[in-house]
Amino acid sequence: MRRGELILLPLAAVLVLAGAWQLAVMATGTTIFPSPGDVARGLGELAGRGILWSYIGDSLVRVVSGYLAAVIIGIPFGMALGWFPILERIVNPIIQLLRPISPLAWMPLAVIWFGVSNTAPIFLIFLAAFFPIVVASMNAVHNIPPMYLQAGRNFGLSTPRLMAKVIVPATFPPILVSLRIAFGIAWLVLVAAEMIAVDSGLGYLIIDARNAGKRYDLVVGGMLLIGVVGLMIDALFRWGTRTLMRREVTE
Amino acid sequence: MRRLTPFLGLFVFIAAWDLAVRLTGAPLVPSPWEAFRGIGELTARGLLVKYVVASLFRVTWGYLLALVFAVPFGIAVGMSPRAQATINPLLQVLRPISPLAWIPIAILWFGVGDFSAVFLIFLASFFPLAVTAMHAVHDVDPVHLRAGENFGMSRGELIAHVVLPAIVPQLIVGMRIALGIAWLVVVAAEMIAVSSGLGFLIVDARNAGNRYDLVVAGMVMIGVIGIVLDLAMRRLEKLDFVRWGYVEG
Amino acid sequence: MSKVEISNLSMRFGSTDVLRDINLSVREGEFVCILGPSGCGKSTLLNIVGGFIQPSAGTASIDGVPVTRPDPRRIFVFQERGVFPWLTVDENVAFGLFRLSEAEKRDRVTRYVQLVGLAGFENAYPRELSGGMKQRLEVARALAVNPDVLYLDEPFGALDSITRLQMRRELLRIWQAEKKTILFVTHDIEESVQLADRVVIMSARPGRIRRILDIDIAHPRDLSAPRYIQLRDIIFSEIGLAHQV
Repeated sequence: MRRGELILLPLAAVLVLAGAWQLAVMATGTTIFPSPGDVARGLGELAGRGILWSYIGDSLVRVVSGYLAAVIIGIPFGMALGWFPILERIVNPIIQLLRPISPLAWMPLAVIWFGVSNTAPIFLIFLAAFFPIVVASMNAVHNIPPMYLQAGRNFGLSTPRLMAKVIVPATFPPILVSLRIAFGIAWLVLVAAEMIAVDSGLGYLIIDARNAGKRYDLVVGGMLLIGVVGLMIDALFRWGTRTLMRREVTE
Repeated sequence: MRRLTPFLGLFVFIAAWDLAVRLTGAPLVPSPWEAFRGIGELTARGLLVKYVVASLFRVTWGYLLALVFAVPFGIAVGMSPRAQATINPLLQVLRPISPLAWIPIAILWFGVGDFSAVFLIFLASFFPLAVTAMHAVHDVDPVHLRAGENFGMSRGELIAHVVLPAIVPQLIVGMRIALGIAWLVVVAAEMIAVSSGLGFLIVDARNAGNRYDLVVAGMVMIGVIGIVLDLAMRRLEKLDFVRWGYVEG
Repeated sequence: MSKVEISNLSMRFGSTDVLRDINLSVREGEFVCILGPSGCGKSTLLNIVGGFIQPSAGTASIDGVPVTRPDPRRIFVFQERGVFPWLTVDENVAFGLFRLSEAEKRDRVTRYVQLVGLAGFENAYPRELSGGMKQRLEVARALAVNPDVLYLDEPFGALDSITRLQMRRELLRIWQAEKKTILFVTHDIEESVQLADRVVIMSARPGRIRRILDIDIAHPRDLSAPRYIQLRDIIFSEIGLAHQV
């Protein structure tokens, strides 16, 4: 496959899709569903009113706060569970019970605890990311090849040095993978939380545009923004993973 | 003693919950017993079974439809570098659009009801499944493909006899993750867009009279069903013809 | 007429010369070892003859017909990882028989599972087999479609040295029973002298044939016979190795 095709083919796909969309709107004669042009104008309007950037900013602040809290607490907690079997036997059943509860289901409780504020959605995002990260960190410690630990002990490493030289590097790659997955879930929950609990952000934009005057051009514009921002963050993750893992890959 | 430690964890959790409610004297947060009674009350009123069935119905249909479309789609795209170059960027933009962001459109197209919810579950499951299938096709050992070609298989036979069995282990992992996401999304969708199911139960219990005991009862049911679904998927990983795909241990 | 005919064959990957001007003809039923150091292009040569890669120049023909793609009449045996991990022993052996009737399939599977000594493991999955058993399974899978040529690419490279010796004996037994033409790639000098009718000694980068050596010893071969040691030493010196450790 030639280089040009790598750019031309996806471009063609986008154009075909946009064309089909435009045709479908014209053919059905819908007055509610927007055409691609309507969506572009809608986004322009949002940018003009200054809402666009402030909503993106609000969403990012929420998702980053909740997610970082989950990372900072979740990784050490999960690794500790993986390292101390007794702790794991006691705590793991609780985690397994709480984990499948959709984070959104915590919404009513979050509202009692934190009121209608930024903290409630941040808490939901924290929950959404926390459990996958804890479980992945725990499993990462389980899956350290025993040989590595033996070698570390054989060379007389103290526990902190064993941590730094063996356990952390060995668990790093699988945890990194889980961080990306956890962010995907956090991003999904963010949108839902903003649709229910707050009055700013991209999720709110979508539900508000629909409820206040059936502005479907803004609904679809909001969806595209969610997709593009999510894609950019995911690309950041992939770039980070590649950079950090180069050592592992080239070994 | 070892067999009892998991229950110890559960016991500690329930005791801590009870204690926290007593100490803070929070009037709204229910104690474990109130939540338990809440489950009893829902069962007696016949709502529990009705809502569980409603939620499972939506998840089952949306998920199965996604499976039927996403796997062949993912394989087809994965087998052709050109198709992949064309479609992958589009897939990558559509994928991070939270399925819940489609709610207004779902309501516009399908109205408030089961169809909308099934559509959202379909979207939520389709992208992870398609991407998993696509990547799994790349990971098929070239030696196996060449063996298939060597024995004179056509492209169709190669897909049926080599590619499909080779990707099943990864596919099952993807199916488990997708089902988890589908379960998360159905609850959210029911909180926003429909008026039955466990998600609806939670919002409704809160809005109609601050019945937080029912809220927590609903959460417990969501957790229990989530565990059952996850365990069911994990059993698939134990099937004889897929076990090679996982690290033994 | 020769079975396999390689004439003026060269292969380049980008600017690297991998094979240069290879000429070789193999008789029907002959066992030929292609011997050379890692990176001499011997695997590439086998892949070209197998139809998986197209040469840059020259041709490889079988029965006078140029090879353009893989063909079930000539089966390639990879290192043990070529067995399908999702199929049982029986199902692996039956893999190439997908166009046959059930009855015939069953006959052949039974016969070749027996032949390679895997009876009793019919329903085992590859993960339950040892490396040597997996290798025998792959040979059985190849033989089951009754090919006239077998290509083996360092098939015993991943096995321990005791199993490797047993596998060589097994392969010779099967070769004598089934009368196949065999092209066998290896980097193991002893292995080539133990197995082959002729050893094709290759030089490294670009791969060229240095010498073709007839191994004129009848099977079973005595590994301490003077002629065996003499032939082995010819190869050692041909490759430029002092025969000391």
